[in-house]
Amino acid sequence: MSLVRALGAVVGRELRLAARAPAEAAQPLLFYALVVALFPLGVAPNEPSLPVYAPALVWIAALLATLMTLERVFRNDYEDGSLEQLALAPLPLPLSVLAKLAAHWLLGGLPLVLVAPLLAAGLGLDAAAGRALTLALLLGTPTLVLLGGFAAALTVGLPRAGVLLPILVLPMLSPVLIFGAGAARAAAQGLDPTAPLYFLAALLALSLTLVPFAAAAALRNALES
Amino acid sequence: MNAAPLVLDSLAVARGDRVLFERLDLRIAPGEVLHLQGRNGAGKTSLLEVLAGLRTPEAGRFSGPEPEQLHWIGHKNALHPALSAVENLEAWCGLHGADPAGISAALDRLQLKAARQRPVRTLSTGQKRRSALARLLLQRRPWWLLDEPLAGLDVEGAALLAGLLAEHCAAGGGAVVTSHQALPEEHLPVRHWSLR
Amino acid sequence: MNWTWFHRLGSPPSFFRFAERLAPWLAGLSLLLIAAACYAGLYLAPPDYQQGDAFRIIYVHVPTAAISLSIYALMAVAGAIALIWRMKLAEVAVVAAAPIGASFTVVALVTGMLWGKPMWGAYWVWDARLTSELVLLFLYIGVIALNSAFNDPRAAARACAWLALVGVVNVPIVKFSVDWWNSLHQGSTLLSMEGMKNPKMSTPMLWPLLASLAGFYLLFGAALLRRMQNILLERERRAAWVRELMEAPR
Repeated sequence: MSLVRALGAVVGRELRLAARAPAEAAQPLLFYALVVALFPLGVAPNEPSLPVYAPALVWIAALLATLMTLERVFRNDYEDGSLEQLALAPLPLPLSVLAKLAAHWLLGGLPLVLVAPLLAAGLGLDAAAGRALTLALLLGTPTLVLLGGFAAALTVGLPRAGVLLPILVLPMLSPVLIFGAGAARAAAQGLDPTAPLYFLAALLALSLTLVPFAAAAALRNALES
Repeated sequence: MNAAPLVLDSLAVARGDRVLFERLDLRIAPGEVLHLQGRNGAGKTSLLEVLAGLRTPEAGRFSGPEPEQLHWIGHKNALHPALSAVENLEAWCGLHGADPAGISAALDRLQLKAARQRPVRTLSTGQKRRSALARLLLQRRPWWLLDEPLAGLDVEGAALLAGLLAEHCAAGGGAVVTSHQALPEEHLPVRHWSLR
Repeated sequence: MNWTWFHRLGSPPSFFRFAERLAPWLAGLSLLLIAAACYAGLYLAPPDYQQGDAFRIIYVHVPTAAISLSIYALMAVAGAIALIWRMKLAEVAVVAAAPIGASFTVVALVTGMLWGKPMWGAYWVWDARLTSELVLLFLYIGVIALNSAFNDPRAAARACAWLALVGVVNVPIVKFSVDWWNSLHQGSTLLSMEGMKNPKMSTPMLWPLLASLAGFYLLFGAALLRRMQNILLERERRAAWVRELMEAPR
């Protein structure tokens, strides 16, 4: 019971903070929509091959939008000392990390999934491909947040982690990009997108079980440095 | 409150590759306030972090309280600037399984009546410190580990903290405090101990 | 079992002396093996009946590619030791191995591109193995960048150890996903179980490859020992044994 209450306190605090600064919380979504909307301006008007690039474009925009705010996910807590209280709380630190990242996904990841059908239609993807893309984002964005959160934990004590974070985490995210965009491409070609979606689900299961422990250890390391 | 003593046996503590001190033997019994002294960089904060379980010692043995048995107030206040003192403490209570009903009384005791609903960023340094120290009253724990608790507190605030410490020790609790200022010593069982 | 040798080797001064004696032998032997492999590979081995003389680059490409992967695995093992037993030498090994691994990866990539020109008609194609090797290079760069971002060498090494551990789980996933993405590639010639029993390469082509593989492994060993020595000197500069070493007459 106290475990549920503690998890609720961690998530609730994040949501309350986002409610205090709604404009800031909406930034990743705006960034994502803008990147996708700008891309067609770089090619010829009504370019027929736009749908071919659409899955990759939406995924790259989602990658960047997610990582944009992840740098801050533990930084404020590290700087104001809340991280020490979190590390000493009865709630195991990996669970606190998971709760914080879950809140972060709700605020910064889920909106990207929800507007994906709109973007897919705007880029000329058919309904099946749009569905596959949305499902792939639903399964893939939590993995982005988890691995990005791990990198954020590694760099939390560093003064300028802004560029370092993507350098650490983007190569590790290449499988998510491959299967995520691959699912939409398969569907666009009339093939069955189930296999890449299952791979994305497997990656999510793996990172859900392993990453919180690694991230918690990285945070403890930052507290000891 | 039955607090076991803190026992440090031949402890070595390092920050990175720099060894701060070695072969440190110390026994801290409940019922007293240990005033940890030492020059800047001697390792007072690092020692306190070892006592709290936030830092692993390089060598030696240390038997101390479980995290649920201690209050840690670092030199940072652990208050989010966008939330009010009450909201910060509510989140802390949820995380640590404390009863949030005590928040109002704790803030009253630290004389933060008017400022409790304002965002922490608008509070003065002393008011922030008082809000952080209010945690000590939200849950009874036998050991208090306080890093520079007097920083930013006015004379009145320092006296308030001394009162809290005196009550805590009288009830059988113990405390380790680092401070560059002298602790108000009337009615307070202070033991001074210097790191090197 | 007697573990004293292990503990003695784990202490920085003993390791330093051990490395000082071992490294020249490793380096000498590796140069000998690589020279022999180059001579045999370039002059004695017959040209490939399909690829002609272009195949000879495998005597550099295959060993460096294989070793670039092993170094990452070694980094993760050293990282695990550093995190579990808080062993300083293992911390140093993680940090020391990363730039060597990155260098081997670069050599593997460049030789792969040089090989690609006659084979595919372009220096770079998005072939599955070249692509995974490129991602591996990025993973190494991540470790190097993370290490250099810290001021405290200890916290840096421990952070790098965690990154290497998460990375080593990631490497096979990257490999698999890239293979799935691009299933058009040549099967592994040397390191398949079938290939071991029934080598696809003829003996005069094969033994220079094995010699070169051994030579490059020894080269890695020598480079790792030397880099670890340097990092130890820097991190232990306040210790008595380093002062004695610096003041000793040569």
